[in-house]
Amino acid sequence: MVDVAEVAPGPPPGMAGGPPPIPEFQIVPLRGLIAVAIVIVALIVAVAGNWLWALDFFHVVGGGMWTGIDLFVGFIVGPIIGRMSIPARIEFSTRFMPKMLLLMPTLVTMTLAAGWQLARHLGNLNAGFGRHGWLVASYIVVGVMAVIALGILEPANLAVLFELKKPRPDPELIGRLMKRFIYTAGITGAMQVATLVIMTRIAT
Amino acid sequence: MNATEARTLPPVGEIAVAAIAVIVVGGIWMASHLPKHFSLVVPVIILAVAVALVLTNVVLLTRIRRFAWQKFFLVGKWALLAYVVISGMLVYVFARDHTPGGPMAVLVGMLVTWAVDIPMLFGFTVARFQDPDQTT
Repeated sequence: MVDVAEVAPGPPPGMAGGPPPIPEFQIVPLRGLIAVAIVIVALIVAVAGNWLWALDFFHVVGGGMWTGIDLFVGFIVGPIIGRMSIPARIEFSTRFMPKMLLLMPTLVTMTLAAGWQLARHLGNLNAGFGRHGWLVASYIVVGVMAVIALGILEPANLAVLFELKKPRPDPELIGRLMKRFIYTAGITGAMQVATLVIMTRIAT
Repeated sequence: MNATEARTLPPVGEIAVAAIAVIVVGGIWMASHLPKHFSLVVPVIILAVAVALVLTNVVLLTRIRRFAWQKFFLVGKWALLAYVVISGMLVYVFARDHTPGGPMAVLVGMLVTWAVDIPMLFGFTVARFQDPDQTT
């Protein structure tokens, strides 16, 4: 990931009417793709080998990070971004959003794929399993989060990054799309509380 | 308001989100019934609705005259690659579990529809805010 701060052409930062400074950034951090590939290959090996410990590891680590990041972004980072000035939001977004673009889909894939295999091994998928209703409730929570994340949050994230790549980005548009990002992150954060309740009920 | 956004565009984004929601409902329905045998009538209807929504979007997209197609395809092709990998991973898990042929075919159909719908949504959302006349 390129982290060199380069100022976009235009009047000096802070000058009335001038565009805010945009740090140079990659929309998809290419170096991050190596880490993603390693995780996906390791997950395939765990599923192929039916290694219970590895599946448990992927599900617990992936789910813990997914839940933790959603809660942290939804309730801590989101409100902070909401109170930042437009130039500060832009600088934060150029460093934060490309990482989220790779991190979250990877965590979701590893949590769900490993979780499904784990549930099958432990017999939790069968309707006869005592807490099957809780498992179905977890599908519904994940489903609602998927619709919000893929339908609203992720497209807004991408649109902000592409807007920031323009020679003269529209600060009003960025503000509106960031607001959408912040609200949906809050909703998914709240839904993760339900995930915590469901998962601890299943495990107890 | 952004000049590009101010143009009237068909509700491709809304329809794509509706397709995601329909596929999610189908996925939940199937996941809650697996691994036992069950009727495929409901999942097939759900898949048909999702496919119809995606095809509607394709038709609506072809009717747009001025649009940042280059950005649409740039985002769409990379998103397609990512979602083919993700969907492939899920198909692999179901295949590994010896999911029966009928449910497996419907699941694959849902995942293919999903893998086409999401890149279309991402590409459209990015391209709608871009200058249609920009070629680079």
